[in-house]
This record gives sequence, structure tokens and C-alpha cells, in this order.
Amino acid sequence: MMNTFVGNLGHLMAIVAFVTAIITAFSYYNYIKAPELEKASWKRFSRITFYIHAVASVGIAISLFEIIYNHRFEYFYAYSHSSKALPVHYMISSFWEGQEGAFILWIFWNVVLGIILIHTNKFWEGPVMVVFALVQAFLVSMILGVVIGDLKIGSSPFILLRDISEAPIFQINPEFIPQDGTGLNPLLQNIWMVIHPPTLFLGYASTLVPFAFLMGGLAMKRYSEWVRPALPWAIFSAMILGMGIIMGAYWAYVTLNFGGYWNWDPVENAVYVPWLIMVAAIHTMITYKKSSTALKTSIVLVIASFILVLYATFLVRSGVLGDSSVHSFTDLGLSGQLLIYMLFFLVIAIFLSVKEWKNIPTSDREASVYSREFWIFIGATTLGLMAFQVILPTSIPVYNAIVEGLGGISNMAPPADQVGFYTKFQLWFAVALALLTGVGQYFWWNKMDKHELKNSLVTPYIISMILAAVIITLGKVYDISYIVVVLAGAFTIVANGSILIKLIKAKTFKLAGGSLAHVGLGMILIGVMFSSGYSDTISINMSGMTYKKDWEDDLNKQNVLLWINKPLQMKDYEVIYRGRHKKVKGFPGYVKADLLESVDGINAAVALQDIDAKGKTYFSRGDTVSIVLEENSYFKVEYYQEDDLKFTLFPMSQPNPTMGLISSPDSKRYLSKDLYTHVSAINDYEDPEWKEDQFENSEPGGQFFMNDFVTNFEGTELISDPQELRDLSLQEGDVAIRAKLSIMDNDVKRLIEPMFLIRDNQVGKIAAIDSDLGIKVEIDNILPEEGKFVFKYNTYQKDYVVMKASVKPFINVLWLGTIIMLFGFCTAIYRRYDEFTKMRNKGLE
Amino acid sequence: MKKGHIIGLGIIGVAIMIIITSIGDASTYESFSTAKILATNGNDNAIHVVGELKKSEYGQVVGLEVHEDKTSFTFLMVDNNGDEQQVYYNEPVPADFARSEQVVVIGSFRNEELFVADKILMKCPSKYQETDVKSASL
Repeated sequence: MMNTFVGNLGHLMAIVAFVTAIITAFSYYNYIKAPELEKASWKRFSRITFYIHAVASVGIAISLFEIIYNHRFEYFYAYSHSSKALPVHYMISSFWEGQEGAFILWIFWNVVLGIILIHTNKFWEGPVMVVFALVQAFLVSMILGVVIGDLKIGSSPFILLRDISEAPIFQINPEFIPQDGTGLNPLLQNIWMVIHPPTLFLGYASTLVPFAFLMGGLAMKRYSEWVRPALPWAIFSAMILGMGIIMGAYWAYVTLNFGGYWNWDPVENAVYVPWLIMVAAIHTMITYKKSSTALKTSIVLVIASFILVLYATFLVRSGVLGDSSVHSFTDLGLSGQLLIYMLFFLVIAIFLSVKEWKNIPTSDREASVYSREFWIFIGATTLGLMAFQVILPTSIPVYNAIVEGLGGISNMAPPADQVGFYTKFQLWFAVALALLTGVGQYFWWNKMDKHELKNSLVTPYIISMILAAVIITLGKVYDISYIVVVLAGAFTIVANGSILIKLIKAKTFKLAGGSLAHVGLGMILIGVMFSSGYSDTISINMSGMTYKKDWEDDLNKQNVLLWINKPLQMKDYEVIYRGRHKKVKGFPGYVKADLLESVDGINAAVALQDIDAKGKTYFSRGDTVSIVLEENSYFKVEYYQEDDLKFTLFPMSQPNPTMGLISSPDSKRYLSKDLYTHVSAINDYEDPEWKEDQFENSEPGGQFFMNDFVTNFEGTELISDPQELRDLSLQEGDVAIRAKLSIMDNDVKRLIEPMFLIRDNQVGKIAAIDSDLGIKVEIDNILPEEGKFVFKYNTYQKDYVVMKASVKPFINVLWLGTIIMLFGFCTAIYRRYDEFTKMRNKGLE
Repeated sequence: MKKGHIIGLGIIGVAIMIIITSIGDASTYESFSTAKILATNGNDNAIHVVGELKKSEYGQVVGLEVHEDKTSFTFLMVDNNGDEQQVYYNEPVPADFARSEQVVVIGSFRNEELFVADKILMKCPSKYQETDVKSASL
């Protein structure tokens, strides 16, 4: 039965949310303008409409989730993003796999932030909420799905499959509901993808808060008072955005085949840039609070961070990136709407700032080189330049689109080597930042002059030189630019660390946010340098095979071909591929794929043999087991050193009908390094193309060659257990016989047992297939007078895997650094929010 | 000159440097014929070529040769001008390669005959455009 109710409800909720957002904006505006006596009733009315908006927004989310959760495949969204085999936590990922779901997530976070702001502010409630409600109106319009004439506003997630599919089935039967959905992108089937998008969208949403305070401040002519309430939110926003970025990087590291945590893909750049600007804004806002300078800079930066988030959304979701990104979304027809959304707020922000520019207080004092303002300003400028350097090339597709829109021709393409291109700038900027934070912190806490600066910097300088020397020696860093990175990183850690110790000694830990975050920065720098700069591909092809083309020698072959069971030397390790495995519910570790036979039903299989682990039998022959996502295969790769098995990795791979081969690496984690193994190509295992028939005669005890394998015909056996013949079953008077063939494949003995059944003068041949060896054998005939068996066999190729392996040293320093940095942000949020509430409670704001 | 001015000039200087390098390092979209001219003129910068795989009249991909160790392959690509070219790629064949509607190769001519791709981007039939609903069972 088709359920159209939920979809209609969701659609209605979207319309309600849209209308109430506009009413809220209007009524909060009236609340600001109203005379004192009427304020209370306008405020009550505005709050009520915002709450209705909030309920409707949550209603949209619930309706959509209901559709996914109950597998309502009559809806396009559920059909194209989900499937029955998905566990609940991945259904949550399905929710935001599509763009509409992502917008709903964004809307939801804005609602949450809006409610918090209503209840934590007095004076600012009105102006801030006007901006909020306007933003919500734009966001809800993206999922509105209303068509007026030729104008389509928004793309509704509640659209029925039959309304957009051209499949002929819907003409025959409009009530048709597909049995199953097409499923969730396997790359998103990862726990980090359940929590990364909500975090990132909370980051997106939270950039609105400082922007809203700023707009309120400009409109209400409170040019500087907005900084205090906005500051904790700006730090919060930077913290959450930073966390979202890191989670994305970590996800990329553990699941993606890009082979790294950061790839300078336009989609990654699009979030990195607003984050840099937000961090710069925090610094100038703090300076303003201390010494009344840099207010105008702060205003520009806060506007820029908000607009850049919208620009990022536009880049990623309008389809303009096209083929320049590996994972941008296709255009849903929203690009015009997204552009209007961005330009609307850009124009308002520029208009308000320009109008009030001359009224914004400035300080005429020239900042001395020995003042903290000077150093922070330089730091903020560096951050701004970093952002500029990234956003400029990322926007090349936009530039092309504009030129082509104007009738010109532009063939500019993004840099071919993205990583190299961005790194050569970002690395040196980051080094400059690291040095600035070290020096800047001293200026921040002390009055400085030339003499004092020298005195206070000498000790950290010496300590950091020693630390850097130790790192350089132990880490064998001999590249001059990397040595500079280590020096800068060490200096940041030591200089900020010493301030941190002082603050802790003085029991003023809540002031330590800055120095903590900077220590984190230093560690990130060193971690990135080691894990990227010294990432060592160990899967160099050393097979000695060369091709005719001489230049090919220069190319680094970063993949190796591993035949099953055949050892291969790979730098310090000898590796052996041991076949594909499956993950089975209720079983520790992995089960070899040829012990299972897939049966009807989702993720169901039957055990062909007893399956044991650690001396315990988990499943007996004939048991039905349930596989954890049967499309996923885990390729067992053993790593040996001096004939000792050191560890075993199970990188995952899935041949996906819509996306091709989807692989997730597996890593051996050490404290000081990760060994990362990734599958890049696999054998067609399920459906091989068998070569022509070949025949071989042999008597029991004989020996012959099959596919170049020495095959021993060990003997024959009468079959008495009817279960073994499966479908055919054993009947009265039947004679069933099994030939026992064995093959030694390196150190593994494989048994191949084709069967032969005689029933009422008829014969049945049951072939035995060994997918690992790529052999199919049948008993073609038995020649009793000669005592010989005729075997018919077909060959394919041995199972293999092509994989890549690399060592990433000190990657944990990077992760630890990010955690320390985030912790620093949290400390700073606490301190700044505390300041704000104190002022508010005094009735000043 | 005031300090502010010096800093301002410094910022402008760095910004200009960034713009110039960005333009200098930006790659371009070319066809195989223009790429060949670039290569013969000694310009071996990596460029982008957009096109599709060569297909037989039955829609089958032709000219795909996987090398013996399966870690590299060559294929025939037809660019948007209709020129055919053999391309070498030093990675295993991506599994959905033959299904791709459009391919972008980033690389350069290594000799007169062969274009070597450093990177391949593929556009595959997207989920969003997929309209052939499986009409298996009701």
C-alpha cells in the first residue's frame, strides 16, 4: 500500500516552516520598532511564531526519517538513499546523504541555536532573531518543492518515485512500490559519516550567530557592543567547524581510497576557508575587547566567514564544480536559489557596513611593533592570505562559468597536482603562524620592550632548539624545509607550553584556551609534516617485470599484485594474500568466503563446513548465518618479518553496481606510525569467464597437471550422507561417488571434490569449483575396465588482489594535536561566555 | 612611511604573488591535438582532456589493455573533437571504468604516440539521473 500521508505531512510542515519563518522575521522587526508599551505583546507573538516554526522544522525531519526508517520506497528519497539491509545507524546517514536531508539538518541546527539565543539574550533577542528567521526562510525554501508556473522553488524530499521516474512500470501500475531501495553509498557506511555531517552542519549553522549579532549591532547602532555576546559563539563556531573538518579528514583517512586525510579537494577547501577566516575573526575580536583596535577588521572578517559558508554551499551544491571535484553533488536546480541566498546577505551586510562605516569607532594610535595588537594583526592577516590562496584556485570553475555565461571561452582548469600546489603555500604560511603564536603569546601576557622580549624568549628558544634537534635526529628529518617546520612546531609548543604552565601555576586555567590551542597547532604541524612528508609507500613493485617502454621505469608503481598464498617481498615485510573473507554476525574475526554459500534473503548464507574460532565451533555445517553486509569482502593479508607472522590486515572492498569498486583500507596502528593497506583492484570472483574444456585421465593414486598445479588423485569415496548432494538428495538405489583431488598451492593444501551420481542408468555430474585457484572440475566419465576416471576441467586464474601499502609515521601526533586544539577552544568558549553572562546579568546587555 | 603602509604593501605583494602563481600553476582544458602541439613545443605541464572511451557500434568499450601485473593499463579515448588517442595510466583499472559516460584525463604526452595520465576523473551514471527502476516483483 502506498502511503502518501507522511509525504504530504512533511511537505505541509515545510510550507508551514517557510511561512512562519517570514512571519517571525516580520514580527521581530516590529518588536524592535514598536514603542515600549507594545513591545511585550510583539515579543510574545514573535516567540510563538518562532516556536511554531521550530515544531514544523522538527516535523519535516521526523517525516523524512519515518519514510526512511519504515522503508517506504514509494518515495524517491528512501528509494535512492536507503535499502532494507541497512542497520539503523546507517539509516541516519541515509537521511543526510541527499542534499535535501542536509538542508533539513542545517535548518534543525539553526532552530536549536535560535531557541538558545532567545533564552540567553535580553537586548539582542530582537535583532538577532530577525536575521535568524530570514536565514531560515531561505533555507526552508530549498526544500519547499513548490512550483509556480515555470518557477520551481526548492527540491522537496517528499516527492514520490512515480512522479520523477520515467520507468514504464508506473504507466502500467501507478501503485507500484519497489521491493528495495538502491542503498546508501558504501563510502558513507562508516560510523564517522554518522556524526561528521551533523557536526559540520552545526558548524555551518553557528557561523550565523556572530553574523547575526553583528548585523544587529550595525542596525541598532551599537557598533561595538555586539562583540561581547558574539565572541563565545565565534569561538564555538570555529571549534565545531574545526571538529567537523577533522572528523571528515579522519573519515577520509579510514575509509577513502585517496590514501590520505587531506586531499585539497574543492569540497574540503570549501570548509577550510571559512574556518580560517573565523579563526582570524576570533583573534581580532579578542584584540578589540582588550584594546579597542581592529573593530573594523573584525566586522569584515565576521561577514566574510558567514558569506564564505554560503559560498562553500554554493560551490558544492550548485554543480558548478562539475568534474573538478571527486565528490561534489549534482545540480538539483537549486543553483539560482543558492546564489540569491548568498547575494541577499552579502548585499545587506555590505549595505549596513558601508552606511555605518564612518560611525564605527577606530583607534588612531599606530600599533607599536612591541604591542600585542600588532602581532595579532599580522597573524590574522596571515590567516586571511591562507584563505585567499585556497579560495582563488578553488573558484576556477566559477570563473569559467562566469566567462562562459558572458559568451566567452575559458579553458582554465584547477592545478593538476593539487596537493603539491596548495602545500607549497599553506606549509610556509603555517610555519609563519606557528612562529607568530609563539611570540604573540608573550606579548599578550606581558608588557614588552626590546630588552624584555629578548630575555623572555631566550629560554623557550633554547628549549625548542633542543626539542627540535631531538625530533630531527630521531625522526631522521634531513629535508631542509621539513627541518624548518619542525623548528617552528617545536617553538610553538615550547613557547605556548611555558605560558600554559605559568597560567596553571597561577590557578587561572580558564585563561589558558589560547595557549592550549596553539600547542595543538604546533603538534598538528609536526604531525602533518611527518605523516605526509614521510609517508612511505612500501608496496613498490619489485617483481622485476618490465615493459617495452623505457620511461615506465621512472614511474613509481605503487601497487603490487598478490596472487593468493604466494609470498611477495615488500620492503621490510613479506606479505601473503590469503583469500577473501566475510564478516558474520556473532563470530569473532572473519570467515573465509568459500565456507559460505549465499542463499535467498538479505545478507543470509549457509555454512558449507563447520566454522570454528579459538577452539569453539560457532556454526555447524548447514547452519544459516547472517553476514554483515554481504557485498563487503575483506581481503586477508598477512605480514611477515623473518618468517614470523607480525600481523594480519583485512582491507575491505566492495564491487558496487553504481559506483564501481569501493575500498576501505585497514591499518596496523602503532603508537609511532600506521601501516596502511588499501585494495585497488580485485578479481572477478563470483562470475569468472571459464576457459575451454580440458580433459585428463587418471587412476586413483595418480598425478596430473591442472592449470599448472600438480594434482594428486588421492582416491574415491562413496557418499552416504544425503545432505552432501544438497538439492539432488540421495534416493534408494542411487550410487554417488566422490573423487578426492588435492593440490598443494604453496603452503596450503586445497581439496577439490567433484561428485558423480548414478541413478536409473542416468548420470549426474556435480562440479567442484575452487575459486581461490580458479579451477572447476567435473568427473566426466568413469572407465571401469581401465580403472580410470576422466576429469573435465576449466580454468580461470588464481584469486588475486592488487593493493597499495604505505607507512604513515607519527600520525597520532596530528590527531592528538587536534584534540588539544579543540580542548583549547572549549576553554576559551567557557571564559568568554562567562564574561558575557556577567555583563548581561548586570543589565548592560 | 608609516608602518601600516609597509604592512599594507607587504600584503598586496603576497596577494599578487599568490594570484600569479595560481594562474601559472593552473592547468588548462585541451584537446589531444592541442596537447600534442604543447608537448612538441617542450611544454610538459599536465593538462586536462575531456572525452569518452572508444566504444564499438554495440556500445562495447574497445582498446582497453590491462598489463600483465594488473597495476597499469592503456585505453583508447576519444576527445570532444573526435580525435582518438591511446592513454596510459599507471594504476589498476578502476572498477567502473568501462561504464563511465565521460572521462577527464590529467597528464601529458610522454612521446608522440602515448598520452600518460597522472590522474583520471570519471563521471558515471549518477544516482540522481537513474530512472530505470527495477520492475522485478510487486
